[in-house]
Amino acid sequence: MNKYLERLYNGLIKENPTFVLMLGMCPTLAVTSSAINGLGMGLSTTVVLVFSNLLISAFRKVIPDGVRMPAFIVVVASLVTVVQFIMQAYTPSLSDSLGVYIPLIVVNCIILGRAESYASKNPVLPSIFDGLGMGLGFTVGLTLIGLFRELLGAGQIFGFQVLSLSWFTPITIFVMAPGAFLVLACLVAVMNIVRKKMDAKGKPLAAPTGCITGDCAGCGMSATCTGKRTADHTVKTE
Amino acid sequence: MKELLLIAIGSAIVNNVVLSQFLGICPFLGVSKKTETAAGMGGAVVFVITIASFVTALIYKFILANEYLLRKGIDLTYLQTIVFILVIAALVQFVEMFLKKSMPSLYQSLGVYLPLITTNCAVLGVALTNVTKEYNILESVVNGLATAVGFLIAIVLMAGLREKIEYNDIPKPFQGTAIVLVTACLMSIAFMGFSGMI
Repeated sequence: MNKYLERLYNGLIKENPTFVLMLGMCPTLAVTSSAINGLGMGLSTTVVLVFSNLLISAFRKVIPDGVRMPAFIVVVASLVTVVQFIMQAYTPSLSDSLGVYIPLIVVNCIILGRAESYASKNPVLPSIFDGLGMGLGFTVGLTLIGLFRELLGAGQIFGFQVLSLSWFTPITIFVMAPGAFLVLACLVAVMNIVRKKMDAKGKPLAAPTGCITGDCAGCGMSATCTGKRTADHTVKTE
Repeated sequence: MKELLLIAIGSAIVNNVVLSQFLGICPFLGVSKKTETAAGMGGAVVFVITIASFVTALIYKFILANEYLLRKGIDLTYLQTIVFILVIAALVQFVEMFLKKSMPSLYQSLGVYLPLITTNCAVLGVALTNVTKEYNILESVVNGLATAVGFLIAIVLMAGLREKIEYNDIPKPFQGTAIVLVTACLMSIAFMGFSGMI
């Protein structure tokens, strides 16, 4: 397979950040109360991810190793500020409903994780496609979870009433905070089953690396962090 | 005084940082296996968020939204995300060094958790919320402290529950993180009960 397509496939399916790697759980829980919020968050993260991968990969030989992390953070934070202003200008209602979670894209572990594990070691073009694949994978994940929660919680899809309120009583808890935890819990459980099935088939899925595993191995900041918890179980790293 | 109390109760209990704003999920899931470590983490978060919200509020008021510069037509507030994340990262390192030198006993109990906090989105989240809600410096500190106390409450409660869950017979797929998230869901429902308070 073409190596660029391979990066896209990797991000969308093989190492999907939401379903397989379980990265970026804070935004996943917080913004998926509706599909449109999930889509908006996913796309803005994608834009930041593509451009941060581009810049970091382009400057990878210039940035000294010792100040790598602060440099990455400045790049990501600048891009997030740009995206925030664009959203405030062109999609003000989406910007209002995502609120503080847009600037918090800075601390999304997907972005620093990809910068650290891929963009800082690979040429520009593959890095762009890596960012695009990961970003779109994240977008698909957030939108699907958003669709699910919106359908159960309000009977709507992208704001259109599909389940008529004449016979359907919305399970409002799904669009509220507890619903986010419940949906994620079920997702983790389902993925545990899928993982086991794939293991039995001899085609193991990539191990989850985010905070969902409760250790620091997959965190994008783990290179500079001195307070690492020793992992209870070894996590495969690239 | 009344406003400060409302801010404190609002951010500590009603809009709990973990259970209703989903900030700081990583340490909430990762460091909540034992009550002692959870309390240590919570203590470190209280320490860092309170200092960080004070420092970021100072920087915002006197540098980014400096009245003199604003009158000259220079608006630096757009730099808030970049400045805050860098200040927080530096601050955590600085607090760690300071504690190591001058308060070794406190460092012993909190030290290991401090670097973990740099990436904790709750710290940045509080700093940004203080700006969006236009809190003054005192209100920012109170909001920061209360938010962090909310985190402490949530993580200690969760650790207590997890110690009990250890002995239960949980369906295989739900073992591990999934049952913790289900517990968080139930805790979140319980905390929703406070929402009529203010």
